[in-house]
Amino acid sequence: MRTRLSRRITLNVVALGVLFFSIFPVYWMVLTAFKPTKEIQAETPSFLPTHVTLDHFSTAVHADGFWTFWRNSGMVAISAVLLSLVVACLAAYAVGRMKWKGRQAFILMVFIAQMTPWEALLIPMYVIARDTDMLDKLPMLTLIYFMMTLPFTIVTLRGFLKGIPVELEEAAQVDGCNQFTAFRRIVFPLLAPGLLSTSLFGFITAWNEFAFANLLIIKNQDQRTLPVWLSSFSNTFGTDWGATMAAATLFMLPVLLIFLVLQGRVTTGVAAGAVKG
Amino acid sequence: MAVAEIDTTTAAPAPEPGPPRSVRRGQPLWARVLPYLLVAPTVVGTAYLLAYPLVRNLLISFQKFGIAQLIRGGAEFVGIDNYRQILSDDKFWGVVGRTFVFTAINVALIMVLATLVALLIGALGKWMRFAVMGGLVVAWAIPVIAATTVFQWLFQSQLGVVNWVLVALGFEQFDGKAWFADGNSTFAIIVLLIVWQSVPFAALTLYAAMTTVPRELHESAQIDGAGSVKTFWLITFPILRPMFGLILCLEVIWVFKSFVQIWAISQGGPGNATLTLPVYAYQIAQSLNRYDLGAAISMVTVLILAVVLFAYFRQMFKEEGEL
Repeated sequence: MRTRLSRRITLNVVALGVLFFSIFPVYWMVLTAFKPTKEIQAETPSFLPTHVTLDHFSTAVHADGFWTFWRNSGMVAISAVLLSLVVACLAAYAVGRMKWKGRQAFILMVFIAQMTPWEALLIPMYVIARDTDMLDKLPMLTLIYFMMTLPFTIVTLRGFLKGIPVELEEAAQVDGCNQFTAFRRIVFPLLAPGLLSTSLFGFITAWNEFAFANLLIIKNQDQRTLPVWLSSFSNTFGTDWGATMAAATLFMLPVLLIFLVLQGRVTTGVAAGAVKG
Repeated sequence: MAVAEIDTTTAAPAPEPGPPRSVRRGQPLWARVLPYLLVAPTVVGTAYLLAYPLVRNLLISFQKFGIAQLIRGGAEFVGIDNYRQILSDDKFWGVVGRTFVFTAINVALIMVLATLVALLIGALGKWMRFAVMGGLVVAWAIPVIAATTVFQWLFQSQLGVVNWVLVALGFEQFDGKAWFADGNSTFAIIVLLIVWQSVPFAALTLYAAMTTVPRELHESAQIDGAGSVKTFWLITFPILRPMFGLILCLEVIWVFKSFVQIWAISQGGPGNATLTLPVYAYQIAQSLNRYDLGAAISMVTVLILAVVLFAYFRQMFKEEGEL
């Protein structure tokens, strides 16, 4: 009995340790963002929010171009996701509901595309963007993010589509719908939750992307996105860690919200798929 | 994108694609062409935004391509000169070695810690499990650039909380320690950052996989007198071996090509201490305007990754049976 109790206590202590290490950096970021500068620079740091201030958020929000970068990031991410959603819907339908020669090869291509090491394509992308006069332009980034999210979107939508019985569509077609109406009226509503979570993940990918944004937007500073702006914080805020952490918090917020909303779906979905064999 | 890859296997076990439509021969032309029209945008996008850059990269790696060629065009082919130049450079081999060491350390830590955390979650009560999983999701969710910024703040020399804690614990030598001025400590911090960001995905996926192992197997093993460690090695691990294989491949790929963390924190420095292949390729192209050498180094990176990728796909298709 005693060994069992001590085992439970040990487990819970270790669990608390894991919890601490997972959230401490995030906690520290948010805490610093709300601390008055005097406390940030104090000899002995305070670990609890004693004096909460919004000064740093105000500094970050009023920084040069903050709203422009916010809008750029949002626009690029949303248009990339919408584009890839439309294109992926078409492809997933062809893969999941039709028989055609080359289908297997197409799926293989999508799988390979999904694993592309984008980091290795920075140099040719730069050269291509230069050649086609697309440097310093957000549409170029949009296209790249579209391609980054597309394979994943196709694969997941195909998975969701498989979960919807074909018979539903066939019944609709018997009742006089054509193939397109059957898709729109029957499949699409069932697919909607899948579409939503897939697109949110695409959004996160695009929202977070740094390497290409940093490389392809050079001269025209108005076209920068948030990650690039955040990484150059030292130029923006000097050593104002409060403002930097406030900016990082604002940048993280949408992503964190999406993750928390999707958490259940993510872990169960990943697991259910991954182990089935 | 972290979630994406594992999800590729969601589709298993694949039923016959599509309804057995009426006799195929009888289909009108538009119905036979339709699937190709539907996938056309994907194919075009992939061709222009993925295949073409890769081919272009290959071409550049065989050309003399500096700032002059970038502006004026007209790059000429020089055969394998670029490859000869990088392969005969000691610095390059140093970078290759470092990249492998970097990958090995990170992946080993990630796999071991993720397995332990997954086992831990499984052994916890309901509330604690919920809390730990929530914490992992938070760490997983934080964008890379936000994380690099926070880690720079945590390890800041004068005001950083890590130095303060270490000094408070009695390690006086950490008073004002400038972590990012030293190669080894910068390397260590980047490893810590990547492990911290990677463990949640691996742990949550492994935990989810572990819940599918029938409880009776564990119980019967325990009745037979096997301890927790033995149960893991005799029951859990063999059953989930394919899953471990997939996650291992993914982590190797992700760590090997990690660029943003290193670039944002140290740009490969100080003194090349954190210079890995992707960073080196970028650096040589950016700062020396040697796009040709950079392209050649990227091609080497792609080749190495292709080997791991091959292992990954083999494993995945073995799992899934068919596409």
